[in-house]
Amino acid sequence: MTAPTDTSVVSMTGLTKSFRTGVTALQDIDLDIRPGEFVSLIGPSGCGKSTLLRVIGDLIQPTSGRVLVNGKSAHQARLDHDYGIVFQDAVLYDWRTVARNVSLPLELLRWDRARRKRRVQEMLELVELTGFESSRPWQLSGGMQQRVSIARALSFDPALLLMDEPFGALDEMTRERLNMQLLRIWDASRSTVVFVTHSIPEAVFLSTRVVVMSPRPGRIAEVIAVDLPQPRGAATREETRFFELVTAVREALAAGGGHDSGRTAATTTEERY
Amino acid sequence: MVVFLLGVGLWEGLTTAFDVETFLLPKPSDIAQAFWDDKAVLWDYGVYTFREALGGFVLGSSLGILTALLLTRFRTAGRALMPFAIAANAVPIIAFAPITNNWFGLLNPFSKMAIAAVLCFFPVMVNTLRGLTSVNPRSIELMRSYAAGDISTFRHVRIPNSLPFMFTGLKVAAVLSMIGAIVGEYFGGPTNALGVSILNDTQLFNFPRAWAGIALASAFGIAFYGAVALAERLTTSWAPSARGFRGE
Repeated sequence: MTAPTDTSVVSMTGLTKSFRTGVTALQDIDLDIRPGEFVSLIGPSGCGKSTLLRVIGDLIQPTSGRVLVNGKSAHQARLDHDYGIVFQDAVLYDWRTVARNVSLPLELLRWDRARRKRRVQEMLELVELTGFESSRPWQLSGGMQQRVSIARALSFDPALLLMDEPFGALDEMTRERLNMQLLRIWDASRSTVVFVTHSIPEAVFLSTRVVVMSPRPGRIAEVIAVDLPQPRGAATREETRFFELVTAVREALAAGGGHDSGRTAATTTEERY
Repeated sequence: MVVFLLGVGLWEGLTTAFDVETFLLPKPSDIAQAFWDDKAVLWDYGVYTFREALGGFVLGSSLGILTALLLTRFRTAGRALMPFAIAANAVPIIAFAPITNNWFGLLNPFSKMAIAAVLCFFPVMVNTLRGLTSVNPRSIELMRSYAAGDISTFRHVRIPNSLPFMFTGLKVAAVLSMIGAIVGEYFGGPTNALGVSILNDTQLFNFPRAWAGIALASAFGIAFYGAVALAERLTTSWAPSARGFRGE
């Protein structure tokens, strides 16, 4: 991470994205993310939070506006390997062992074998999967697969970790455990994280800031700073301040026109009015 | 195996019981006897024909794989060319056997390889193309995020992903190549070819020997299929179709 600490890791100004279908997915997004921050993007389905993540990662191009990552264009940042990406499904390659999945980005970066091997060991230790080096992805549970995916994303020390609902497909208990692990990994790797989620408690528990988005067109409705003390743990979820912040995010979502009250899709009937 | 032996037993019993004429259906024991009497010669014929089939298989399959790679890389050109490929496949390729015999010469093994190759091309091309393109879009995005180029994406994602599909095509092609070579030989070829031998035996009313030739051709076809299936097992043990229930 060569960027001086006084600059933003991500800086977006007047960002707009319209699709050819005429849908405006994002409108006038201004957001700065500082080094070491953990920023969650939350909002109802179709509010453009995943689109925003993809624009930051240079996977799609904005219609107008500017994205700077470590002071460079998003495109240059991608070429410089500044992004580690984790999707909702782990996207592991079945034809590679766990260790070789983690080492794929390192192979592409032409690291030598000894260095790759060392780093893969470190990363698997970090996500608590030591001993699974030669397992195949399909032999692991969903939560373990996602941890391999995180290890792979962090293996080459990217400046920015982009996570698109990484725990969305996991059960509640696995999700809470992985939330704890993710905070520990974030603390150990000192990386900056942008995290898309549907879950209000998850966003509050993990983040230093929660960006609440509203749909059609996708705008930033409110940015809520999460002042819960670090490091966080199981007790954090029982603090009064935690519930206050959950309520604040929920109200901001309601005010923004989204009624996504949390983690389930059972709210669709309420969403009609 | 048990079913196979029962089938042969039933065949033997019924042909004996009803005294079926040899030109209709010879007894398995007669066929086996005919093969045994002439095993060295028939085996050589079989090897000759199998070589033609193998040559056609290698040629047609390589062209099929290469075409699939090019069609994936140049998607727009691929879309434009696909209807022609499908139309070409609808042509009864076997009907071209007299033509290729004419082109390359009746005794030139390449005239049979050409037929086998054309038969192999389409199933390998279509299946490989499917494997190369049915890739999780996220894994392509992931490769983009590593700033990986086209060649890396093919090498690390598209090609490994296509292997199980490609082997499906290759297994079909293995069987087709033997059929192509034999049928090519029916329209003329050297006397040491299995297809020519089968044809001559039927014309000489030597039906047990003709059936022995057919059985040998099937054996080569099955063995070839088995070899390709084994190669598949060895190279794509990670594929869902190969792993069975072991990993679950």
